Amino acid sequence: MAEDPKIGRREFLTAAGAAAAVLAPAQLAEAQQAQPVTPSATAPVAAPAAPPADEPLLTLTATEHAFFAAAADTIIPADNLSPSGSDCGVANFIDRQLAGAYGTGARLYRQGPFPKGKPEQGYQLSLNPREFFRAGIASANEFTRKSWAKDFDRLNEEQRIAALQAMEAGKAEFKGFGSAMFFNALLQITMEGFFADPMYGGNRDMAAWKMVGYPGLPATYRHDIKKYLGKVYDKPPRSIADFS
Amino acid sequence: MTTILKEVDAVVIGVGWTGSIMARELTKAGLTVVGLERGAKRMPSEDFTLPNVRDDLKYAVRQELFQDAQEETVSFRHSPSETALPVRRLGSFLPGTGLGGAGSHWNGLTWRILPSDHKLRSHLTERYGRNAIPSEMTIEDFPVSYDELEPYYDHFEKICGVSGKAGNLRGQKIVGGNMFEGPRQNEYPNKPLTQTMAGSIMEKACKDLGYSTFSGPSANSSEVYTNPEGLTLGACEFCGHCERFGCEANAKASPNVCILPNLFSEPKFELRNYAYVKELVYDRQAKKVKAVRYVDTRTGEEYEQPAGLVVLGAYVFNNNLLMMTAGIGEQYDPATGKGALGRNYCYQLSGNTVTVFFEDKVINPFMASGAHTTNIDDFNGDNFDHGGLGFFGGAIIAAGTTNGRPIQTRPVPSGTPRWGREWKQATAKWYNHAFNIGASGCSYAHRENFLDLDPTYKDVLGRPLVRMTYNFRENDHKLVEYIGAQMERIGRAMNPTRIGPASVRRGNYSVVPYQSTHNTGGTITGSDPKTSVVNRYLQAWQADNLFVMGASVFPQNASYNPTGLVGALAYWSAEAITKRYIKNPGPLVPV
Repeated sequence: MAEDPKIGRREFLTAAGAAAAVLAPAQLAEAQQAQPVTPSATAPVAAPAAPPADEPLLTLTATEHAFFAAAADTIIPADNLSPSGSDCGVANFIDRQLAGAYGTGARLYRQGPFPKGKPEQGYQLSLNPREFFRAGIASANEFTRKSWAKDFDRLNEEQRIAALQAMEAGKAEFKGFGSAMFFNALLQITMEGFFADPMYGGNRDMAAWKMVGYPGLPATYRHDIKKYLGKVYDKPPRSIADFS
Repeated sequence: MTTILKEVDAVVIGVGWTGSIMARELTKAGLTVVGLERGAKRMPSEDFTLPNVRDDLKYAVRQELFQDAQEETVSFRHSPSETALPVRRLGSFLPGTGLGGAGSHWNGLTWRILPSDHKLRSHLTERYGRNAIPSEMTIEDFPVSYDELEPYYDHFEKICGVSGKAGNLRGQKIVGGNMFEGPRQNEYPNKPLTQTMAGSIMEKACKDLGYSTFSGPSANSSEVYTNPEGLTLGACEFCGHCERFGCEANAKASPNVCILPNLFSEPKFELRNYAYVKELVYDRQAKKVKAVRYVDTRTGEEYEQPAGLVVLGAYVFNNNLLMMTAGIGEQYDPATGKGALGRNYCYQLSGNTVTVFFEDKVINPFMASGAHTTNIDDFNGDNFDHGGLGFFGGAIIAAGTTNGRPIQTRPVPSGTPRWGREWKQATAKWYNHAFNIGASGCSYAHRENFLDLDPTYKDVLGRPLVRMTYNFRENDHKLVEYIGAQMERIGRAMNPTRIGPASVRRGNYSVVPYQSTHNTGGTITGSDPKTSVVNRYLQAWQADNLFVMGASVFPQNASYNPTGLVGALAYWSAEAITKRYIKNPGPLVPV
């Protein structure tokens, strides 16, 4: 992709006048009506968008990638404990997961009918994870456009926190399913990306493992379990790639 | 087009713990045995190797080794008046598939149930009176006593190389073991596992409160060990990747390590993988299962395998499904109480925890095995007086750590946000300074908890899904509150920096969060063909050449993890077949 690394993926597309291309076709007509302010290169940007992805995307659109990156940075903000979620590769992790077997519905029973169930009956939508996040991000951005006239990733940190809190509490209006359900799925896949083995694209430099003191592999503690009883195991973490 | 195959002496459906045990015992007795396994031929030396055997996302989160819900799942509702919906993504329980079944990715806790659990209904009636058991609580006696089963428990423990310490050796009570257990003829084959930090804190607190702790019996071998099959287990590495994972050290007992190598060199045994059993061919007149039909999942081709003897060793739900679709026995109806098939479906009151946090103590949760607990049994079964409590049964109470894999194990004090700056600080602060006290409670049968066939949803072979009608009942609610209070008391005695509150299973049962893969019942064992499906030798009342294995035969579920009892019952049944049934095929218990 002929993308200036200093320009984010979304800026590239919007600057090229391709705003329409970042919206899912089904949402397009509606979005154009409901949205008084279309994101554009000239719109004020309160917070810098997610840093440019350094890896090509497998399935996410630029809008979706920007959403996941901004959400990851709000859920896992940069501080003295770790870099931000997106800097740890969480959005790329999610891109790979949704492009693969998990995203396309592996291990998910998908036969109908699909009536609405009780919460205790679990997931009852016909959507696979890829489709679920596509629809959820469209709803999330629609919600933030109504409240702040911007897509989620264009909000400042305070606004993003408020937006995620509204979704977590089920107070954001979503289409097809509740915002709390979307938030829970978003939180889950973000944490997976942050804490999974780095070979999946997140947890870069084992930042999450270093943050908590999880030593990773090879995890053979036959003797250490006695030696380190009640003592800090201070060896640097290692991942699958370190043994491959 | 179904290809009819040549008859064999016996066919075993599902090659997990019970299928492997039965195939081994039947071939030793001279029978030719075909093992039909729907999943892959998983071999530890190939499939469970470093470093990828430690892939948390693949195994623990994406559920690599479990039954694929796309192929087969169950539907679920709380009560008979509701519409059941399919469990679209496995959550609350995770049945296995593939060679070794769940036996290749369990944790390894290997218990005997209490002598009083074996005769539950008569025991409670004796102690609390004729009218003490509520009419909706349809608990039963196991038709096999503890004393009868003791040698078979013992043998299965030796096959698994269970690590533990006896608390009742031939009637002599021993401090450091479980003094509530039934009398054992022999000590455990392996010494207990090295205690974790969490376990040592538990031991001290319990001692202060006057309770004597013991190490949970664990099929994670504490030393290199050779079992009665002549097969060798390695020593546990405390890698913290046990439940949901295979074991590269061969230290976790599994059919793949403890039995199957001897079947692979046995000419009388043939393993067929990707052989997904679709139905039993039942001759109602003759009261025999004539054959087993299965589909080769690679080609879709269907085969019929005639057999003299059929062993049903699939998981609880598959056992029920195959019996129900073949019409072997009468479907249970909660409205009338008639019929036995699907009756007394039970579960486990699991996932009850109190989390304790210690600013000044290092826990190292990642140095642990899957079955690595320090326990008390004072509040289990009928080990305490239930007079005036309003419920029966109890729970294992234990502390320990099983892993520190941070996708799923990140304790933070209650009230901490689930994300953001404050969450990060709390996670980093407490990750290595906290653990759970946990309780696994018994699940007693209730007349409206049962299994039948779903009228709407089908599996990949076109069969109806098993429909689960289940909810927590009054007994369950009272039990977990009582146990929660005991856990809090123990937690406070640890003098933690922060503690709980007790998180117990309140409200309705949900299929979403993981709780336990200890589903039981539906094809229960008993003395009365009207209320049970199999007799005391696990032989179907309605088909004398059909033997049903596994926890689907439990009349109710004790607090203990079921595999010890499952293994013991398999050896007990195998002996009845090889010593009696083969010589004189027919009902082993007069109908």
